[in-house]
Formats: sequence, C-alpha cells, structure tokens
Amino acid sequence: MHSLSPITALGGQTPKITTIGSINVSEIDSLALASIATRKGGKTVTEKVLKSMIGSVPAVGKTCSKGSFSGFWMGPDQWMITAPLETHETIADDLVAAVVSKASVTEQTGAWAIFDISGAAMPDVCERLCAVPIREMNVGDVCRTSIHQLGCFVTPMNSGNTLRVVGPRASARSLYHAIEVAAKSVA
Amino acid sequence: MTQQNRISGGQIDTSQTLKFTFDGKQYTGHPGDTLASALLANGVRLMGRSFKYHRPRGVLSAGSEEPNALVELRGGARQEPNTRATTVELYNGLLANSQNRLGSLKFDLLAINDRLSNFLTAGFYYKTFMWPAAFWEKLYEPIIRKAAGLGSLSLKEDPDVYDKGFLHCDVLIIGAGPAGLAAALTAGRSGASVILADEDFRMGGRLNSETFTIGDASGADWAAATVAELASLPNVRLMSRTTVIGAFDHGIYGAVERNNDHVATPDEGKPRQTLWRIYSKQAVVCAGALERPIGFENNDRPGIMLASAMRSYANRWAVAADKRVAIFTNNDDGHRAAADLHAKGVKISAVVDTRADAPRNNDYEVLVGAQVIDTKGRLGLTFADVRLADGSERTLECGALGMSGGWNPNVHMTCHQRGRPVWNDDLAAFVPGADLPAGMTVAGAANGDFSTAGAMASGVIGAKSALKAIGLKAKTTKLPQAEDAPINISAFWYVKEGKGRAWLDQQNDVTVKDVKLSHQEGFRSVEHLKRYTTLGMATDQGKTSNMGGLAIMAELAGKTIPEVGTTIFRPPYTPTAIGVLAGRARGQEFHPKRLTPSHHWAKEQGAVFVEVGNWLRAQWFPQKGETHWRQSVDREVIATRKSVGVCDVTTLGKIDVQGADAAEFLNKIYCNGFAKLAVGKTRYGLMLREDGIAMDDGTAARMAEDHFVVTTTTANALGVYRHMEFVRQCLFPDMDVQLISTTEAWAQFAVAGPNSRRLLQKIVDPEYDISNEAFPFMACGNITICGGLRARLFRISFSGELAYEIAVPTRYGDALMRRIMEEGAEFDVVPYGTEALGVMRIEKGHATGNELNGTTTALNLGMGRMVSKKKDSIGSILSEREGLNTDDVLMQVGIKPVDPSKPVPAGAHLMNLTGPVDADHDQGYVTSACYSPILGHHIALGFVKGGGNRKGEKMRLVSPLTKVETEIEIVSAHFVDPEGERLRA
Repeated sequence: MHSLSPITALGGQTPKITTIGSINVSEIDSLALASIATRKGGKTVTEKVLKSMIGSVPAVGKTCSKGSFSGFWMGPDQWMITAPLETHETIADDLVAAVVSKASVTEQTGAWAIFDISGAAMPDVCERLCAVPIREMNVGDVCRTSIHQLGCFVTPMNSGNTLRVVGPRASARSLYHAIEVAAKSVA
Repeated sequence: MTQQNRISGGQIDTSQTLKFTFDGKQYTGHPGDTLASALLANGVRLMGRSFKYHRPRGVLSAGSEEPNALVELRGGARQEPNTRATTVELYNGLLANSQNRLGSLKFDLLAINDRLSNFLTAGFYYKTFMWPAAFWEKLYEPIIRKAAGLGSLSLKEDPDVYDKGFLHCDVLIIGAGPAGLAAALTAGRSGASVILADEDFRMGGRLNSETFTIGDASGADWAAATVAELASLPNVRLMSRTTVIGAFDHGIYGAVERNNDHVATPDEGKPRQTLWRIYSKQAVVCAGALERPIGFENNDRPGIMLASAMRSYANRWAVAADKRVAIFTNNDDGHRAAADLHAKGVKISAVVDTRADAPRNNDYEVLVGAQVIDTKGRLGLTFADVRLADGSERTLECGALGMSGGWNPNVHMTCHQRGRPVWNDDLAAFVPGADLPAGMTVAGAANGDFSTAGAMASGVIGAKSALKAIGLKAKTTKLPQAEDAPINISAFWYVKEGKGRAWLDQQNDVTVKDVKLSHQEGFRSVEHLKRYTTLGMATDQGKTSNMGGLAIMAELAGKTIPEVGTTIFRPPYTPTAIGVLAGRARGQEFHPKRLTPSHHWAKEQGAVFVEVGNWLRAQWFPQKGETHWRQSVDREVIATRKSVGVCDVTTLGKIDVQGADAAEFLNKIYCNGFAKLAVGKTRYGLMLREDGIAMDDGTAARMAEDHFVVTTTTANALGVYRHMEFVRQCLFPDMDVQLISTTEAWAQFAVAGPNSRRLLQKIVDPEYDISNEAFPFMACGNITICGGLRARLFRISFSGELAYEIAVPTRYGDALMRRIMEEGAEFDVVPYGTEALGVMRIEKGHATGNELNGTTTALNLGMGRMVSKKKDSIGSILSEREGLNTDDVLMQVGIKPVDPSKPVPAGAHLMNLTGPVDADHDQGYVTSACYSPILGHHIALGFVKGGGNRKGEKMRLVSPLTKVETEIEIVSAHFVDPEGERLRA
C-alpha cells in the first residue's frame, strides 16, 4: 500500500456534502473511471467485454449498470465505465487485460469530478444549469451538455430524484459554484 | 396624500396600502397597482421629460409599449434607468425618480430646447456642428450628450444576481390574453406540455381592462378562473412576469422572467431576473395588439393617452385619468373608453370622432366628423381645441384626452427571422405574413382577430394546429359566449391642420414635420427615414409611433402603406438588462477556473497566481523578506540550477493516442519522424499547420507499441486536440487510432536540477532504476512510487537541467507535491513558478508560444532540418514554399545587451547599427526577454533576418513606443549549457 493520501476534486480529505433548502449536493469521490474505445476489428470483443462488465452495450445517450459497474455512451464507439474506487482503482488495467488490444482503454479516474444533485426540486436546479430536457429524461439516459461553459455529462439516477453531473476535475470548484448558486435560486 | 383619482372597482387590493416615493414625495397605492396607475391615482400626470426638447410628459399607455413615463427605479447601486412606470409593479417602499431633467421635473432648465426647436429638427447634428471639426469631440458631443439622453447609470456594481436557464415544452404560448388563455386551455387539457408566458404580473391581457363579459362572468373573472384551472394542470407551466423577447432558430425563444423586480431587495441568493432559453416544438403567438395614437398639434401633453390605456386605468386599476376627460377616435373603440368612464361617473367632455357615421350611444356629446387640432396646458392638459365638421372651432375643457387611432397587431415575434407582415385594409393595419418562423402559429389580436370571441376562437384553432403538428390529438374546448363586435375603422393618421408640432415618436421627439423634412431631403427608404429622424429608435422601438411615420411617408411619396413597408423587427421585444444576458458569468465567475493538483498547497505557500487560459498557475512563490517579484524568481532559478526545483506542469495538454496505427498517425501529425521511436522513449515533436507554419510543439512518449502520450503547450491543448481529431476523423479515417484527452487525469510535476535524480530516487520505488544508464535522457516508463502508487516518469527537460517529469493520478497530486518538498528538504528543493520556468527556458533557448506565434516556420525556429523529407506529414510540402525559404529568412537567435546594465524589452525591433529606423529597414524582433540571474544581465530570444550568419553582429534594438534604443549583440540562443551536458548528466 502506497503512502500518499488522495484529496477530492474540491480539495477536501472527504467529499463535500451540502444541503441547500431541500436540495442536497454531494461530491462523489468513490468511483474509478476508464474510457474504452473500439479499435478497428475490435467490435465483437469490445461489446463482449461491455456486456460482461455492465450488462449491455449502451446506445447513444444511454447508460446501463450491472452490479456495482456502470457505463455510459461517450461518443461513437466509445464508452465510460465506472466502478467503486475502493475495489477497482485499477479498473483501466483490468480492462486492458480483458480487451486484449481490441479496444483502447484510458484511465479517467482523475480527470472528472462528480456531483449528485438530489431532491424534489432537482429538475428546477438542472434547468438553471444546462439545456438538457431533464423532465423528459429517465433513469438510463445520459446527455453531454455544457454547464457554466464546462463540458459535462448528466444522467438522472435514483428514480429520477438525483442528477449526476460528471464534469472536468480541474474546474470542480467552478462547477460546484454553478450548482450551488442554481440550488440557492431554487431552494 | 389622498388618491384623489381613485374610483371604485378594479383588480387592486384596497384593503392594503403601499407607500412609495416619487421625486422625493411620498404617495400611497395598493397591491395590484403599477407605479403609473398609482401616480395617476394620486393626481400625478407629469412623470418625465422628453428626450430632446425636454417637453413635459405623462403616460401614453398602460403597458410595455410606453414611450414617456420612464423613471429611474430604486436607488443606490440598484438604480435602474429608463424603467417604464407602466410596467413597474408597486411594492411598499418603492423609490422612483423622474429623469432627463436639469432642475426639478416641473422646472427643467433644459426645457429651453423646446424654444430652440426650429434648430433641433431631424438630423440637426449632422448639419449644425460640422465646423470646426475639432469642436465635435471636445465641445459639441459632450453638450449634446448632456442635454439629450434618458436615465443615468449608478456606475456602481449591480448587487443583484441574475440566472439563465433552459426550458422545454411541446407548445409555447406567448401572451395570456383571451387568445392565449384559450390556446393554453386547449393544449393543456389535451395533455401537451405547455408553457404560457405573459409579460404582465396578472394574466388575462385586455380581459382585465375591458368590461366585456365572457359567459356569465366578467372577462377578468373568467381569466382568473381559467388561470386557476391551468395552474392545476401538471403539464402546464404558467410564467407571468415573463416577456418573450425573441424568436430564434429551431423553435427556440428567449424570455426574461422578472423574478424579483416586484420587491425592493431579492432574498439572499435569489435572482432578480432569469433569462430563459425555451426550446419549443410549436409556438402560438398570442401577443395581442397595441393601440395607435393620432398625430395632432401638441398631442404630447401629460393627460393625453391612448383610449385603451384610459380604460385599463379605470377598469383594472380603478383610476380615473382625470375628473373630466375627452376622447379623440377614428373607430368604435374610442367610444368604449367614453362609455366605461362615463359609467364610473367621470365627466365626458365630448367624444371627437373623425368619422361622419360615428355612433351615438350615450348621454354625452359626440362630435361627428371632427378633429382635435391643438391642446393647452403647460405641465398637463387643460383644454383641447376641436375643429368641428362645419369648420367651426370649439374648445373642450378636459384634464385627460383618450386617443384611439386603431390597433396594430403585435407582429414583432413573427418577424424576427426576416418575416414581413402584410397589410390588411379592413383593419388598416399590418398582420403577420405567411413567412412565419418554423413551428409558429399566430392567434388572437396578434393575427387581426380583434373581438374577444374571435380571439378566443383563433386561440383554440392555433393550439389545435400546434398539437396536430406534433402528433397530439386536441380535446374539444367549448368556449363561452363573448363579445364579437365587428371592426369599424376609418384610417386616420394625423391632423393636417396647424403649424405646430404633432408628435409621432414621443420618446425620441420625432414629429410629423420631421418625417416631412426627411422626405424633403431625399430619404425614400423606410430604413433611412428611421435612421435620419430616429423614429422608432428609442427604448420602446417605436411600438406606438412607427405606423404613423410609415403612413405619412406613404402619403408624401404617393405610395400605399404596404408599398412603403415596415422596418425590420429585431429582438429583444422590450429593453433587456445586460445583467440578465450575462447571468452568473460575471466577476470572478466570468469563466470557469482550472486549478492544478498542487493549487491548494501552492496557495498555502502564498504563491502568486496567473491565469493561463482558464488555469491558475503559480507564477512565483514569494518568501519572507522578498519585496519584488524578481527577487523570488531569481532565487527560484538559481536554486533550481544549483540543486533542485519542482514545478506543477499538469496544465500542459496530454493526449492519449492509441491503436495499431498510432505511430503512423503521429508521423502525419508531426513533421519529424515517430514511426521508429522505441517503446520507453520520448521525442520532441513539432506540428505544422497545412500551410507549413508551426502550430505547436511538445513531446510524444511511446508507452507501448500501440500507445503514445502526446504533450502539448498549455495554451494550445484544446486546439491541438481538435486538430488531431480532425485529422483522425476526416483525413485518415481508415487509420486505427483512438484519441482522448488525459490532461486532467494526471498530476504532473517537473523536477529539475542537478539533484533531481537523487530526490526522485527517494520517492520512486526501488525496483525502478532511474540511473542515467538505466533511464537516460528522453526515457519514459510506467513506474510505482511511495510504496506502490502507479506513476509515469519522463526524462525530459524544459529548463535545460537534468530533469524529469513525474505523473500520478490527479487525486494524489497534492500529496506528491508535499512529499517531494519533504524529501527534497535535504537538497534545499524549491518550488518554482511560471516566471522562473520562463527564465530557464529562455536561458536554454527553448521556443514557446512567443516564438510559435502563428507566423513562424520550422526554419525560422532553427528546426528546418527536422521537417522530414522521408515521409509525408501535414504542412511539410507547404513549408517548402520559396517565400518561406529565402536566404534572409528570419531565424531565431539569442540577444544580449552590449551594456550589461541595459534591459532588452520584449516586442522591440532590431535595426542595423546605422540607417533609418522604420518598417522598411526592420531586421527582426524580440519575442521573449528576461533577466538571467545566472548570467547577471538581461537576455532575449528573437528573430533576425539571416540570423544564422549574424552571430556576433551588433545591432540597434529600438522600441519607438517606449522610446528605448539599445545596442545589442546577436548571440547563440543557447545561453546556458549549449552542449546539453547538464540534461544528459
């Protein structure tokens, strides 16, 4: 076990959890992420790995989960896989081994900040953040959008009461600020 | 003060009293009042001064089309100029001041302009202030600006916040009058997701202002009941206080919601206004119609208003415009105003009707075939002079005069995408044309359906049409019985009698005479008329004035009104605060910041940060006793070159390049070869644009046969990634290559200096040999550190020292920085910032963005031979253009002052020792300059013509702007360790 202690995207030792009125904003620091992109001739193997790991191959704008693994569509022939960090910090290495050069795998754990926005007023907060049609989205949908000029993925979770925002880690503070002020507007 | 003009009825809550202040005087009103209705209730007719002539003005309208009653609302930093009193919702403690005056509102010293009106006609400033030219900027313009203009800014930062947001719906209904409510009922009951937006704080539109009944209820009550039903439907979103300001592409509408304009101070964190972008599948425009005034001499006195406004004040706000009123009309609507006020006990002096067949329905006088020809009253109307049908003249005593010149359908929104309205003779008005924006239908008065029943019926039809277009079935909506009077109008634009001024555009002080002058001076296009006279160019955008101007222009030109046409309608529909357009993107949050993994640590050290792109990078780390940045930077450079320094270089772009063709792909991207780069090795690479100019430079590390990590400069990270994606997807789609940015996935630190290896050996796990033999210059590899953390190590050097870059997953970056500092203490390790980094790279002669400035080639940069001839790469062919390869081509060189005490300013130009100093004799320029603490004098990099052969030559360095002229010597760009012995050590 190495001797370096991690910090969260917001710079804390533990994830930040804030309640603003009836809205909860939680920093999620417990996920390992890796991207996987099909190589030429690698479709069969890649899809097999995806099905085995997350249950199916997410279509455009879709997510799927299997056990503690999830994945969502990022772009043509490209997906992001997430798993609990505590048990799967080396998720990228595991994927590399599984796809045997039929797909390109890149570790993404450190590249993203994740925030969950929960509460009945979540759609009202979302409407002040980005242009996704949140009231028409269901669990299993994911959309790439722009929040405060930052490219993000958003996906409804927990029966639609939670919005997960996956945004660039270096701008976590700016992203959090945008979420916080939107929540204050609504709360 | 009593509300002497308050009458009974209305939709105000008289059980509560609100106090407000106008021009320092306190008044009272009630919830439901606007500032204008409350002022009128208190007998205040004079509310402002006009733009140019400073004429006394009162309300013309009761809505957002108001040109006259503009006030400075609120005080202090929240002061907002040019706010229409007719749309300001009254609240307790409201503070408003009249504007555009010198002295008091009653005794405005600038009213002298009214006496000088003969000199201030349309375009006067184009003709009057031509000579002497120098006077314009210093004298004329300041005086004109002082005299004209409207409200003033507080010049303080707006303390309120504004939101932006995004809404989606099946059907957007714009306007909640009879048509909009009927449309919303139809669409809402049918299950569509509906947004009903209305600019007013009370939905209902004209139903709140008229005495018509709908079914068994008053129009206002029916509207309230309908709004209540709509509010109960979960699929309907009601947005009052929301003005749809523009129709944009693909069914997108802009709307401003005034969340907290009706309170003095919004609650903490709550927005004053929100700018919504509404994505609609269909839109039904039910924006109603605006009544037109009539042009006649002195038709601008306070007390003269639209007849419909007079009805609004009486029926909705329980305010009589005056105890004694008269009406001037060319249609039946004017008579309704007289009838409504008469019923409320207001004395009707007379109804002046231009038509010979004017109706007589009440026991007050109707002057048939008559015209108002002039008015009297210095600060408010007292008398109106009337020319009777028999040619005789009569004077009516009245404190208010209602004008009704017919109605203009509100076609604004239908024309935002260059649609043109069409003329309807029966209505004497323009109605929406056929070229509507996609997905838009128009209903109600906005479409020329002026009766209540007609508006409601067309609202239903509009909603059904919208529902059908998106595949939804409309449920039957049975409408109650409503007024359905036919339109009876005889077009009448202005009174021809009289030599005085008849006002068209009251906000910009444009008169009938001005339009005639414009025609006389040859302006034939309606757009030229607008710009020459400023008709319709004020904050109200000519909502009540444009039509009159067009009609007069048509008459003068001998054309029909449709032949003259309208000017272009553009968003926003009503004035929109810059604050709401900015939203939250202001001040420190203007754009997002990117923080490096060691940011928190650097902040603890008191680092001074600089913005690089969106990144905040430590510029230098001041230590106790250092009072000037140069002291810190010099210390950081000396310490690094002496022992070891560490710098966060995470900001450099990192792009993961994988796939079977990854090496071949890089061979295309870089001008130098990469196909044969061994695994575990890094190579410097130069990217060219298609035109042969250098785009960016960096390194590519081969982590595996099919895996490279490419680095870019911080500033170009995005551009390079975009370029590479373009090349991958468009130029070489058959290559097996995948790209993804990993800039933020890895925290990367440069560890530089003769002791860098010794320091890293304390951190890198012992199974990894990083000795010079095992891990030589330009080596790279995956390693573990601190007992097993995965990491990457690159032996690359920007400083010219023995140096490494070490990368760990971002979340461990902070801890690694702290560990390096702890372990490096025995070597006196220092953190260094971007300034020291810049000094060291200049000392080493390494190019960066200053040199790769979009005009330079590989040859200019001294890397001409790097452009491989053995392969094809992007830009290599065009880099061979003759003009880029002349003998005297600019070449990168080092520059040092002959007198070591002299600075070398960046941006200065190089001239021969003798000869003129001008562009024709320019020999080159300085791109980067610094003080070298190692050499003890200033140094610089730059480009000089034929630079390769000019080393040792002395030249003049000139900077005419800063008046610097220094003698310099051209030297090698490699000031420190030219042989590269240190970095290979």
